[in-house]
Amino acid sequence: MDFELSEEQRLLNDSVERLLTDRYTFDARQRFMQEPLGFSRELWRRYAELGLLGLPFKEEYGGVGGGPVETMIVMEAFGRALALEPFLATIVLGGGCLRLGATAELCASLIPKIVNGHLLLAFAHAERQSRYDLADVASTARKDGSNYVLDGAKTLIVHGDCADKLIMSARLAGERRDQHGIGLFLVDADAAGLSRRGYPTVDGLRAAEVTLAGVRVGAEAVIGEPGNAFPLIARVVDAAIAALAAEAVGAMAALHQLTVDYLKTRKQFGVPIGSFQVLQHRAADMLIALEQARSMCMLATMMTDERDEVDRCKAIAAAKVQIGRSGRFIGQQAIQLHGGIGMTMEYKVGHYFKRVTAIDTLFGDADHHLAKLARMGGLVDAA
Amino acid sequence: MDLRFTPEETAFRDEVRTFLRAALPESIRRKMIEGRHLAKEDLVGWQRILNAKGWAVPHWPVEWGGTNWSPVRQYIYREELQQAPAPDPLPFGVNMVGPVIIAFGSEAQKRRHLPRIANLDDWWCQGFSEPGAGSDLASLKTAARREGGHYIVNGQKTWTTLAQYADWMFCLARTDQAAKKQDGISFLLIDMKTPGITVRPITTIDGGQEVNEVFFDDVRVPIENRVGEENRGWDYAKFLLGNERSGIARVGVSKARLRRLREIAALERVGDKPLIEDERFRVKIAAIEVELKALEMTQLRVVAAERRGNRPDPASSILKIKGSEIQQAISELLLEAIGPYAVAGEAPHEEDERWNEPPVGHDWATGLAPQYFNMRKVSIYGGSNEIQKNIIAKAILGL
Repeated sequence: MDFELSEEQRLLNDSVERLLTDRYTFDARQRFMQEPLGFSRELWRRYAELGLLGLPFKEEYGGVGGGPVETMIVMEAFGRALALEPFLATIVLGGGCLRLGATAELCASLIPKIVNGHLLLAFAHAERQSRYDLADVASTARKDGSNYVLDGAKTLIVHGDCADKLIMSARLAGERRDQHGIGLFLVDADAAGLSRRGYPTVDGLRAAEVTLAGVRVGAEAVIGEPGNAFPLIARVVDAAIAALAAEAVGAMAALHQLTVDYLKTRKQFGVPIGSFQVLQHRAADMLIALEQARSMCMLATMMTDERDEVDRCKAIAAAKVQIGRSGRFIGQQAIQLHGGIGMTMEYKVGHYFKRVTAIDTLFGDADHHLAKLARMGGLVDAA
Repeated sequence: MDLRFTPEETAFRDEVRTFLRAALPESIRRKMIEGRHLAKEDLVGWQRILNAKGWAVPHWPVEWGGTNWSPVRQYIYREELQQAPAPDPLPFGVNMVGPVIIAFGSEAQKRRHLPRIANLDDWWCQGFSEPGAGSDLASLKTAARREGGHYIVNGQKTWTTLAQYADWMFCLARTDQAAKKQDGISFLLIDMKTPGITVRPITTIDGGQEVNEVFFDDVRVPIENRVGEENRGWDYAKFLLGNERSGIARVGVSKARLRRLREIAALERVGDKPLIEDERFRVKIAAIEVELKALEMTQLRVVAAERRGNRPDPASSILKIKGSEIQQAISELLLEAIGPYAVAGEAPHEEDERWNEPPVGHDWATGLAPQYFNMRKVSIYGGSNEIQKNIIAKAILGL
C-alpha cells in the first residue's frame, strides 16, 4: 500500500505544474477561449514536446507507456489551471478506445499522430434520448459488403467540433437499450453525409452535435468487436471518469485555496472575515469535502485497470458520487464565501464552479452513480 | 501509488483474522453484532486473551509489551478487530494513560502500572471534564494543594466513563492558582479507593449508565503519583488527546454496523418485499458507503504518511469529524430500518430482572433505538466536532 508518486511521476508533476503556472494565467485562458478552436493550439504543441500526449500509449507507438497515475497527474494540473485543451477527448477517450480496442495496424497508423499533436479525436457516443445510459444507442450501422453504413445523431460530444476524427458508437443488432449489438467506428470528421455543429459549453469548453446520414466506412474503421463493443465503451468511460475525478480535485483544491486566501485578506467590521468562526467552520467543511474527494480520486485511479469488472465499476461509481457531491458543495460555498465578487465573470472562482458543475453531469451525475451502486449491492462486502 | 497490501501484509491480515476467529468468544461476538451491553467481565476477559497472545498493546514500545508493527500493520490489526467485531480495548489505559506514562512517567510508575494496564488488572478512568470545563478544558477548577508528601485534591469531575468499575483515575488538577490557566495544571494518578472519593452515576438518554460524576473531598494523593513535572500537565493532556484521535475514524466498526444494517433490512418487510429491496433505502445505504470508503482511503493516506514519519496530527480532526458523522448516520438508518418497533424500548441488561421476558417485536430490533440515542455522543466526546473544526481552521488553514 503506497500513496506516493514515483520519482518519475514527481518530475512529470513538476514539469506540468511549471508549464501551466507560467502559461495558464486567468487572462491567458480568456484569450485561448477566443481562438478558433477554443483552446491554445500552441500549448497543445508544448504538451506534445513534453510528452504529455503520449503518456498512456505504448513505446512502440511513440508513447511513454504510463498508466492511470500519470493521467491523474496531468488532469489534476489541468483542473487547477482550468485548461481548455482536448486532453480528455483525444488522449483519454479517443486514445483509450484505440489502445484498448483497435487493431495493431490502426494503432500504428493513428497513435503516433496523436502523440506528436497532429491528430485530434472525439468520442461520439451520447444521444438525445440516452441521458446517462451507456447502452442506449439508437444510431445504426448496417453492413454493406465489407463496408458499414452509419445513420443517426450524436449529442454533447466533448471537443467534437475540433476533432479530426470521431469514434462513434452505432447499433448493429438488438433493441435500443441492449448492451449487446453495439459497435464502435472511426469516422472522418469531413466524411460525406456527416454534418456537425460546434458550440461553447457553460464551462468555457466546446462540444458538438453530429448527424450521420448514410456515412460509409470500411472494415478497417471498426474498433473492438463489431456488435460487442459495450465492455470496451464501459471501460473507456470508467477511465474517463477517473481522469475527470482528478481534474475535479484540481479545480476543488483551487477553489478552496482561493477561498481561504480571500478569508485572510477581505476585511469587514475592521477585521479579516476569516476571523469569524462561522466562516472558519465552512472552510473546514470545504477541506473535508476536498480530502474525501481526493481520496476517492486516488481510489478511482488505482482501480482504473482493475481486472475484476464489478470491483472496478463500483469503485468508479463511488468516486463519481463523491466528486459530484464534493464539487457541488465546495463550488457553492466558494461563491458564497466570496460574496458578490464570486458572482462576476471577471473573477476566477465562478469559472471553477462552472467546470465542477459540468464535470458532475459528464458520464452520469452523483445520483445516477449512487443508484447504480445501490443496484450493484453497495461497497461493503458481506462478512 | 498502489492500493494493494504487500504479500507480507496480506499474510499478516490473514493471521489476525484466523486468530480472531478462534479466540473471540462467541457470546461476546453476538453481543457486539446485536449492539448489546457488554459486561465488565467481557472486556476484562477479552483483554486478557489479547494479552496472552502478546497483542494487547501493539502500539507500545516492545519492552512494555508492544509489537514493533509498522503503521500499516497497526492499521490492519485495528481494522480486523473492529470488523470481527471484537470490543475495542478499554481506551483509558492502553491508549490514553499508558502512552503518557511511557513518555513522561517515572520508572517506578512504568513498572507499577504498565503491565497491569496491558492485562486490564487495573481499570482506568479519565478525570478531565468538569461541570464548568468542557470544550474549554483548561478552565478546570479541581485543585491539588501540596501538603508534605501529598497533594490534597478537592473538586469535581464529570462525564467520567465507566468510573463505577475504575481502580485508578488519571486526573488533571490545578496546582498553581496564580498561573495562566494552561500553566497551573498537573497530571495525577489517583487510586479510586482513596478515602474522600464519591462516584455517582449519570443516566444518559439511552438509559445507560456509562458516565459518572466523581467528587473529591480532601483526597490525599502521594506526590510520587504525579506524572512528569508539576504544572506541566496541560502538555501531557494535549499529547494524550492527540493519541486519542488517531483511532477515531472507526472505519471497521462502521463496516460491521453496515453489514448488520443489511441483515436487518433483509429481515424487515415493507409491504410484500424486504426493506433491502426498496430502492430509496438502498440508495441511503449506498450514500453512507461512499462516504465510508472515502474515509477509509483518507485514513490509509494518514497511515501511509505516518509510515514516512510525517506527523498526521491535524488530519486526525478530519477523521474524527467524518468518522463520527458516519457512525451517527448508520445508527439513524438502523433506527429507520426497524420502523415502529423503535419505540418498543431498551435493550434488556443481563442484570435487569425483566431480562427473561421476550422482547417486544422482533429480537433484532432490540437495542437499536438506545444505540441511536447513545451515538449522539461520538460528535461530542474527544473534542467536539466544532472544536475539531476550530483545530482545522487554525492548524491547517491558518485562519
